[in-house]
Amino acid sequence: MFDRRDLLKGAGLAAVATALNPTKALALDTVTLPFANGERPLVKYPQKRPMIGLTSRPPQLETPFAVFNDGPITPNNAFFVRYHLSDLPYSLDPDKFTLEVKGKVDKPLKLSLKDIRKMKATEIVAVNQCSGNSRGFFNPRVAGGQLGNGAMGNARWRGVPLKAVLDMAGVQASAKQVTFAGMDGPVMEKTPDFVKALNIEHARDGEVMLAYGMNGDDLPVLNGFPLRLVVPGYYGTYWVKHLNEITVIDSEYDGFWMKSAYRIPDTPNNAVEPGTAPKATIPINRFTVRSFITSVTDGAKLKPGRTMLRGIAFDGGTGIKEVAVSTDGGKTWVPAKLGRDLGKYSFREWKLPVKLAAGAAELKVRATSNGGDVQPTEPRWNPAGYLRNVIETTRVTVA
Amino acid sequence: MKKQMLLSLAAVVAIGVVAARAVPVVYKLPEEAAAFKPGPNLEVVKANCTGCHSSDYVNTQPRNFKSKKDFWQAEVTKMIKVYGAPIEDADVPKIVEYLAATY
Repeated sequence: MFDRRDLLKGAGLAAVATALNPTKALALDTVTLPFANGERPLVKYPQKRPMIGLTSRPPQLETPFAVFNDGPITPNNAFFVRYHLSDLPYSLDPDKFTLEVKGKVDKPLKLSLKDIRKMKATEIVAVNQCSGNSRGFFNPRVAGGQLGNGAMGNARWRGVPLKAVLDMAGVQASAKQVTFAGMDGPVMEKTPDFVKALNIEHARDGEVMLAYGMNGDDLPVLNGFPLRLVVPGYYGTYWVKHLNEITVIDSEYDGFWMKSAYRIPDTPNNAVEPGTAPKATIPINRFTVRSFITSVTDGAKLKPGRTMLRGIAFDGGTGIKEVAVSTDGGKTWVPAKLGRDLGKYSFREWKLPVKLAAGAAELKVRATSNGGDVQPTEPRWNPAGYLRNVIETTRVTVA
Repeated sequence: MKKQMLLSLAAVVAIGVVAARAVPVVYKLPEEAAAFKPGPNLEVVKANCTGCHSSDYVNTQPRNFKSKKDFWQAEVTKMIKVYGAPIEDADVPKIVEYLAATY
């Protein structure tokens, strides 16, 4: 017997199944991100609301920042999209999908989506953020995807712990790392396929997840349907989409996307003097601590008197200890009230009523993590444009 | 409104049965609207660059570099050395010329 909710859910699925066709109009409008050459089309893709279009092939979509003021969970249809290589699995039969687990394991596995869904499921609320989020604000500017602050999102992921699957396969004692590859790949023969690696201890920490669900639905196609890796607290580069190949290896993986790309300076704060190259680098890893005002946009005009400021904060997995707000350009700070705790990997909402006098004001927000990290007052620089977490400033006019 | 709901519910019932055996997903990207701007050696650029990516990869890059030629030379070299783009040596200066002059 069908119940109505199942029917409606089925309808959603069936709509997906028939064909995900774009509406005719591609560019709905344009938005201008607040840096030079920041004009972008607002684009409409299947399963997505109008998004900031960075590139069309492969598709890269940024979340319009206003979405982050709607709540701590980023809706699936507003979640950012980032690909490197243009050969995407645009046509995909979930019944034929298999995840292969191989390499230094006692029992290589080929799991169907049904096999994975039959396993004991877990859920975690976690932020995914592109390594290059906010790259457009770097000074001096650097090459790469010129993103504003919208290449991040927070979702409730549902799936199985990677550990459970690795345990099923029986990891051998010689194992050092685990590599992850998805169904998306390069167009040209010599382009290195997108493969990422985690150390075996990390892969077996019980938190790294093979996720098939996102905010109560299937993953949207452009967010990795039907299965993606979720690496809580780590930059999105590790969250391999359309994941279908897990390989346990007894060495350190030296493929391009680990050895050469997604590297940060091996210095304190992982920064170097702006415009210079680091002597040594390490793979990018956990998020830096960040916070944003979401209720007021830069350049807004506000009425004098009481205003409720709201926003979000997050870090690489210790959780948020404190969020403080300044309405006088950073001279004095007042702690904000933190919202509901959805877990240490989630966006943490905050709010604070402030009184604003007439004139120009610089609103600033500064988060401190439970790990003791505080957002810096000056931006840290690295040549790839990663890790931005300077205290953000929102300039408003009160009149 | 009510008629529409009944109709869609009927469709839901029909489709619901089909959905039980997970139909393949077919995802269609919107048509590519962005295009390379007119400039010297445009055809060489189109022939060498569009196989892997759309023109907005170029158009959205920062513009305020001291030497645009150096910036674009580094990008083209990266495409060849790192991403294995099969670009002939003779085409490299043509592509760099176009990029530096146009973006």
